[in-house]
Amino acid sequence: MAAGATYEPIATTTASGSTTSVTFSSIPGTYTDIIVICNNQNASNGDNGLQMRFNSDTGSNYSTTYIYGDGSSAVSGRQTSTTGAQFGRVASANITTSIGQIQNYSNSTTYKTVLGRGNNSSALVWGSVSLWRNTSAITSITIFNEASATISSGSTFTLYGILAA
Amino acid sequence: MANTYKLIEAKTLGSAVSSVTFSSIPGTYTDLNLVCSIRTSRSAVAENILIGFNGSTSSFSAKTLGGQGNSGVDNLTTARLIGPADGDNATASTFANMSVYIPNYTSSDYKSYSADAVMEDNAALAFAYLTAGLWSNTASITSIELTTALSNNFKTNCTFYLYGISNS
Repeated sequence: MAAGATYEPIATTTASGSTTSVTFSSIPGTYTDIIVICNNQNASNGDNGLQMRFNSDTGSNYSTTYIYGDGSSAVSGRQTSTTGAQFGRVASANITTSIGQIQNYSNSTTYKTVLGRGNNSSALVWGSVSLWRNTSAITSITIFNEASATISSGSTFTLYGILAA
Repeated sequence: MANTYKLIEAKTLGSAVSSVTFSSIPGTYTDLNLVCSIRTSRSAVAENILIGFNGSTSSFSAKTLGGQGNSGVDNLTTARLIGPADGDNATASTFANMSVYIPNYTSSDYKSYSADAVMEDNAALAFAYLTAGLWSNTASITSIELTTALSNNFKTNCTFYLYGISNS
């Protein structure tokens, strides 16, 4: 681990209980990777997917390959041409942890990938990789629930920057 | 420089022990990340590792998805499990790696955590595990305890690093 200069907090948000999404904007391009740590819960709507979008792109430009286990069965599947990159699954019954890491987010030549790890102990454990078919540098991230569920008050979302050197 | 991803404590075992405890964890960070390299004394290829908080082993729940490098898939609901480690019959000098991420460890909510574990020994049996864990307790986490599932020992040269991560 390099001394300092990594896992630098870029921004953090604590939900008030009245919103359905969280946006990190004006993300500086000075890091190598960025990582989002979500410790959140739905106020309603049960369990459903947690997704992210980049640079306000709501087009069908995302895809995800995933595995998950619910304690009795394992599933692997794909979502193609979706309007967000799913990186976890959130519950209304209990607090959950979802982690999304985006490598080389600021380059302007490659499509962007997300490594996702979802932790919802009442429903399932989730691992995924997503693709955003766009070469733009990522300057904003919007995190939302696929069912437009309200985010419970006290849920936290933090964006960190990671430097390779 | 933000006070983030700071090493809180490192442990390298000079002799075998039955448990490992990080105590008096300061409440000054936002998240914790525990990174471990583990081999146990069990006379078998592998042994599961369990976690506890604040001396408690109750009110834990989990979902674990694991692969063994073959067609089998493990679907587990073993409370406190963070993953399998090498046992004493695994290839010599091999240690399993584990990372446990605990966000908002001082919050007044229940504690949700993420655990990833790998055990590879270039032999017939290996594991890759993903675990979603929950401790249904609102207390701040001030200590973390690790034990082996079958009451064996952590072997010499196991390492354990606890990092603190701050969001400001």
